[in-house]
Amino acid sequence: MSPRSEAGRPASPPAARSGRYRLLPYLLLLPGAAWLFLFFVVPLVQLAAASLYDPTGSLSTGYALTWAFGNYPTALQAYWPQFGRSFLYAGIALVLALLMGYPLAYAIAQKAGRWKNLLLVCVIAPMFTSFLVRTLAWKTILSDNGALVGLLRDVHLLGPDGRLLATPVAVVLGLTYNFLPFLVLPLYASLERLDRRLLEASSDLYASPLTTFRRVTLPLSMPGLIAGTLLFFIPATGDYINAELLGTPNEYMIGNVIDSAFLVRLDYPQGATLSFLLMSAILAVVFGYLRRTGTEEIL
Amino acid sequence: MARETPAGDLTLANLTKTFGTFTAVDDLSMTVPQGSFFALLGASGCGKTTTLRMVAGLEEPTSGQVLLGDRDVSRLRPYKRPVNTVFQSYALFPHLDVFENVAFGLRRRGIRSVAGPVRQMLTLVQLDGYERHRPAQLSGGQQQRVALARALINHPQVLLLDEPLGALDVKLRRQMQIELKRIQTEVGITFVHVTHDQEEAMTMADTVAVMNAGRIEQLGAPAEIYEFPATAFVADFLGQSNLIAGDVSGGSGDDLLVTAHGTRFSVPSARSRTDQGPVFLGVRPEKLHLAGAAVQVPAGNQYLEGTIIDASYLGVSTQYLLRTGWGTELSVFVANSGAQQRFAVGERAVAYWHPQHAFLLGRRADEADGTMPVRNEPVGASP
Repeated sequence: MSPRSEAGRPASPPAARSGRYRLLPYLLLLPGAAWLFLFFVVPLVQLAAASLYDPTGSLSTGYALTWAFGNYPTALQAYWPQFGRSFLYAGIALVLALLMGYPLAYAIAQKAGRWKNLLLVCVIAPMFTSFLVRTLAWKTILSDNGALVGLLRDVHLLGPDGRLLATPVAVVLGLTYNFLPFLVLPLYASLERLDRRLLEASSDLYASPLTTFRRVTLPLSMPGLIAGTLLFFIPATGDYINAELLGTPNEYMIGNVIDSAFLVRLDYPQGATLSFLLMSAILAVVFGYLRRTGTEEIL
Repeated sequence: MARETPAGDLTLANLTKTFGTFTAVDDLSMTVPQGSFFALLGASGCGKTTTLRMVAGLEEPTSGQVLLGDRDVSRLRPYKRPVNTVFQSYALFPHLDVFENVAFGLRRRGIRSVAGPVRQMLTLVQLDGYERHRPAQLSGGQQQRVALARALINHPQVLLLDEPLGALDVKLRRQMQIELKRIQTEVGITFVHVTHDQEEAMTMADTVAVMNAGRIEQLGAPAEIYEFPATAFVADFLGQSNLIAGDVSGGSGDDLLVTAHGTRFSVPSARSRTDQGPVFLGVRPEKLHLAGAAVQVPAGNQYLEGTIIDASYLGVSTQYLLRTGWGTELSVFVANSGAQQRFAVGERAVAYWHPQHAFLLGRRADEADGTMPVRNEPVGASP
């Protein structure tokens, strides 16, 4: 907000004084680019090729690249329920996480005062233990003879034989819990920069607290909200640990199918095909989302 | 407190705000007439911004009332008050362009046709053509004017300005002072302007309230306050003053007699804030004149002799510092009109003034002479 001084702006640097300076940005890019090429682009191409292998091949008889585009409709037909479930569970978990995460991030950023750092540590602390261990802990929390199920049965929110573990509810709760920090941290960063004086100005200009939230707080936290949403939704959609540990095959998501295609059934072409389908579906959702929110420039 | 104020006057009644043990605003009562340009002047930490925030509703009074006309708004939320603020930091919404910033208040009140009023307001603050600019693309002066337009467009009963010119450079500030005054005259809305800059307050305001430690020291027209300050604080804060410690030693007719450092002076009773006990005899530096010797002092004037210890040539005037026999330094401004005799450092001189130009203020017995040194020279201690 500080006034700009036209005179104080440095003159643009003399264009391309020497070849060394012109190449500098590319040299700086080189290590990262090489890394990405070797460990992302090359495997990706390999995966794309694998998805087009002859589906009748196997690990023992060998695979042949036969440009079998038919793998895609076949895989989609066989596993569309798991695809649907992935997006449904991740979507519900995202809504739950937003309902909990936004107020949490707002409270830490604007209201926590000297407790701010402690609360932030609390958000991050679970990350110090393994994802797997945390999900196993949830298995205990949600177990049939655990305190939570007992309480819910007592207040008749669950029937006498009702359970949480091995239900879609357990999977969604697990997803919500495991990915919540990815939503909260970028949101916190955005809300922390929010100038309280803008909220006062809004209030001074006839905006009720709710209107101030809609017209000032929410738009100004949009970058963090979008980043957090993506960081939450993308891994949650591809996750298979929660469905594996907290659900049954009836709750399996597409990640579980890919996992078993690669590691159990050793059906590499199908695993690769499903991976590519998942990737395209997520990209489509993300682009659709970014178009709606109109903030392509943040990516 | 009289309640029969005409609708629209802003009245503060026994307004108090404490933060813990610190009293920011201390039992403050005053009335700002509708349509006036009112300045709250004081050093930082004197409670002027807190007062303003209580009028805006951004701070809740510990006790006391804020009245708009007959209506007690003390407990109303800020968005329910017909009052708008121009914030010190401008607080423009960075995600909205100039047009939407200015239209914000209208839209929140459900007014549909905002384009006309917004353009009219942008013309008033001379920002036509900037509708689609973002605040970050504007200079400080332009941002300031957007903030003003954003508040004024709502036609508030009272417009609050919290040091709105503080962030601008001197030249721009001067220009905005004139512009603000023009706009206030044009729209006729009550302006309450908080500032620590006495020149700014005097240039713009019809009425100035000088605040100190949460209280109003003096309230009145700028000339009135300047010519006849009520307290030593005001005399020092508003311009420079030579304050000579003395005691009232009697009266003669309409005059009071004051003895200071063994010399007797007289001050008209009408220009005295007290008529007994320890006092300060005050004379503004520009009301003092210099002469080479006592015999040159015109009849009816009073004088002090001393040595010139500093002379600063400032173009329009020369500021002299005269040290009296007992060590007090007096500041004297002499206009460089060409008619006055020039004095060199080390020369003996006589500072004289007409009793009508002096004023008498109450003094605590332990307070010594107070003069505003021209620069950071030590003030001479009385023996």
